[in-house]
Formats: sequence, structure tokens, C-alpha cells
Amino acid sequence: MHLPDAEQLLADLIGKMRPEVPGNTALVGIYTGGVWLAERLHQDLGLTLPLGTLDVSFYRDDFGQIGLHPQVKPSDIPFEVEGSHIILVDDVLYTGRTIRAAINELFDYGRPASIRLAALIDRGGRELPIAAQYVGATLTLPQHKMLALERSNDGKLSLSLYDKSPPG
Amino acid sequence: MNNNPQLNKHGELQHLLTTEGLPASILLNILDTAESFVGVTERDIKKVPLLRGKSIFNLFFEPSTRTRTTFEIAAKRLSADVVNLNIAASSQSKGETLLDTVDNLSAMHADMFIVRHSQSGAAHLIARHVRPEIHVINAGDGRHAHPTQALLDMFTIRHYKRDFHNLRVAIVGDILHSRVARSQIHALTTLGVPEVRVIAPKTLLPTKVERLGVHVYHDMAQGLKDVDVLLMLRLQNERMLGASLPSSEEYFKYYGLTQEKLALARHDAIVLHPGPMNRGIEIDSAVADGKQSVILPQVTFGIAVRMAVMSILAGN
Repeated sequence: MHLPDAEQLLADLIGKMRPEVPGNTALVGIYTGGVWLAERLHQDLGLTLPLGTLDVSFYRDDFGQIGLHPQVKPSDIPFEVEGSHIILVDDVLYTGRTIRAAINELFDYGRPASIRLAALIDRGGRELPIAAQYVGATLTLPQHKMLALERSNDGKLSLSLYDKSPPG
Repeated sequence: MNNNPQLNKHGELQHLLTTEGLPASILLNILDTAESFVGVTERDIKKVPLLRGKSIFNLFFEPSTRTRTTFEIAAKRLSADVVNLNIAASSQSKGETLLDTVDNLSAMHADMFIVRHSQSGAAHLIARHVRPEIHVINAGDGRHAHPTQALLDMFTIRHYKRDFHNLRVAIVGDILHSRVARSQIHALTTLGVPEVRVIAPKTLLPTKVERLGVHVYHDMAQGLKDVDVLLMLRLQNERMLGASLPSSEEYFKYYGLTQEKLALARHDAIVLHPGPMNRGIEIDSAVADGKQSVILPQVTFGIAVRMAVMSILAGN
């Protein structure tokens, strides 16, 4: 199956976001791929608030099934969440469960004025009423496939398709 | 398969009973997970929903304030329901056996037991007895082990010194009666600390303590030379009544940590103490409150470390 070029999708995403995202917007990347994207977006959109990162492991709804993720990263929200306009950034939007967890975690830092969502790929398959405001591309993929963003040593982003093992 | 009662058939942590025999990967995973919980404990809302609906029983058969409180706070910050049982004052004094107490609490759908007991092996006994979905954490058993204290000490050491592989660590004081010292020695050697020293009078050292891989010193001046980390131990007052020590004044003279003795260690050495401290016996106030002391950060980190242990166990 032919996968789109991640760098091109990111450029498209930046093009869509630039006219609508004011400089005082807060960006929060979700580990791991979402953080890579958020770093690039943060720079290219010229945002002034420091970049936030979330690891949603403590808020996931599948802890009872699969336990704690073995490599939890510390979440870091270095701006005042109360009253802020936030854009969450993730690489692949699928069931919506990661985004649900991320929203819950953000609310434990304060009450934001608004939260929007940017994703490089929307692959459908939603299990919760969640939608992205900014999407690089939509793709239809078989359920047993897992789409992952990868980053090479020189920082270049690419997409890879795997047969699914752990639930993503 | 393995014979370690702490691990399940997948080699994951099922109970935390002792640091002895646990692989470095499991110890490091606990420390890494705790790093993420430190951020949670610094927010306005110091709570995550991970253990919502779980029931955790603090079974303290021996008095403790700090350890019980930090376990209670850790469980509450994970959104678990915590029940504190001060067993010394309850049904055991009416003659109920340890395992009957545990069976009754299990019938109340306990998910985790945190056990402090004056008898070595009490937590092991409970761990062997409970159903496989129940997890047990040893919060101190007799002279045997106190693994979460050792892990929070390891977390504190890594926080200030970054790496275990180039450190000299000295454990000072009543090694003989100390479950903390045993758990620290196992954790330090597993994590790759190249030189672990114990400094104590002969009467406060177990026989053949060298077998644990430590260097033995009876003299502070020699033992503290070039040391990066000092792990002080509480001198239990009740030991004074026996023949172990002539007097607390004499102990302080030879083994109490003063600024003068601390100056023999490296200039950037850190001082830890598991509490409660006996000021003027094993540690001088000037050191306990001094700039090389990390005794209060230990308490703060202890909550994050206990949150990590509970959430890893509950997920396995």
C-alpha cells in the first residue's frame, strides 16, 4: 500500500493552520509522534507560549487490560492552562481514546478556554465523539494494520504500516 | 518460569517484598515511572485516575507514621480507596491470626495489601497466601527488608548524582538491626554502584556482612574518605538497653555525623536518612539541616516512588 509522504502532509497541515492559529495559542504534543509534530508546528507557526508535552499513560482507559505502559514519559505543561486556547497534536487519530485521555489530563492542570485537535492522519474508526479541526490527510486502513510516525536521525518524518500487535 | 515469589509467570512484578533478587530492569522501571509521578505531585490537582475503584489496605502491625502516611497519600493520588488498619489495636489483640485477618479483608475485595510487621517474612507469608489478583507490598518486616525505602533512596541518589556507575556509597550506623540497610545494599549492588561501604561498630554489624559485597569500616575517618553518598541509619534507642552500645554520647562521638566528619567525604557528597532522626545521636542538627542534606526531598520523592510501585503492581 502506498503511504503519503509525512513531510508533505506536515507542510499541508501547517498551511491549513497558519491563517487560523494566533501567536498566543498553546500547543501540546502527545507522546511520541505528536511531540515531534508539535515541535515542528511550534517553530513554523511562530508560537510564543512554550511547547507542552503529554504522556497520557496515567489516564488511559485500558490500564485494567494491559497495565501501565513500560516507558512513561513525564508530562510537561509549562504554561498556564486556565483560560488558555490549546491545540492538541497527535500523529494518527483513530479510536479517539488517546485524545479523551489527553483532554482529561489537561483539565487536571486547569480549565482551558478551548481545546482543538490537529492530527497528521485521520484513519477513521472513531469509538468516541471526537473530531480533529486540522488534518493532514484522511486514510482508510484495514483494522489489523497499525500506522506509525517515525523520525530519522536527521529529524525527517515518515510513515510506516505494521501488522497490529498491542492496541494503540 | 522462575522461583522468585515477587514475579508472575511473565517475569513481571506481582508483589514487592524485597529488593534482593530483582533484576536491574525492574528497579529502573520503577525509578523511571516515578519520574513521571513527580510532575503529578507538583500540580494543583495532584491526582491521576489510574487506580480508581481499587481498594488498598494499609496493614500496619507495627507503629509507623511517615511510611503509612506516604503510602496513604500515594494511594489517594492514584485515586484508590485506602483503608488504614492499626492492627495492634484491633482484632489481632483479640486473638485472630495474621492469615485470618488477611482472609477477612480479601473477602471485602481488597486489591492490594501494604504490610508492616515486626516479624521478618510476614509480607512473604501473606503474598503466598492471597489470591493471584491481589498484590502485596512489604512496608518493612522485622530486620529483613524495606524495599520502597531503598527504592526512594535510589531515586534520590539518581536525582542528585545522575548515574550509579561511578559512585562510592557509605551506609552508616546500626546495620545489624536495619531492614533499610539490607534493602539498600541489594539495590545499590544491582544498580551497579561499584563501591558500597558499611561503617559501624562491630556490635552493630551482622557477621559475614562482606558476603553482601560491601566493604567494612569501623572508623568514620577512613570509611567516609572520598564518599559521594552517605546513607545514615536511625539508631534505635531500644538498642541502648542491650549490650550493643555503652552510651548514646559515646556513639555520637565516634559515629555521629557532624560537619567535621562530613568534611572527610567528597565536597559534593549528599546525606540521606530514612527518618525518624535522632538528632545528636546518629546525626548532628547542623548536618541534618545543612546544604548537603537531602532528607526532606527523600520524603517528597518517596510519594512518587510509592505511586510508581502501586501502579506497576496493579497493572501486572
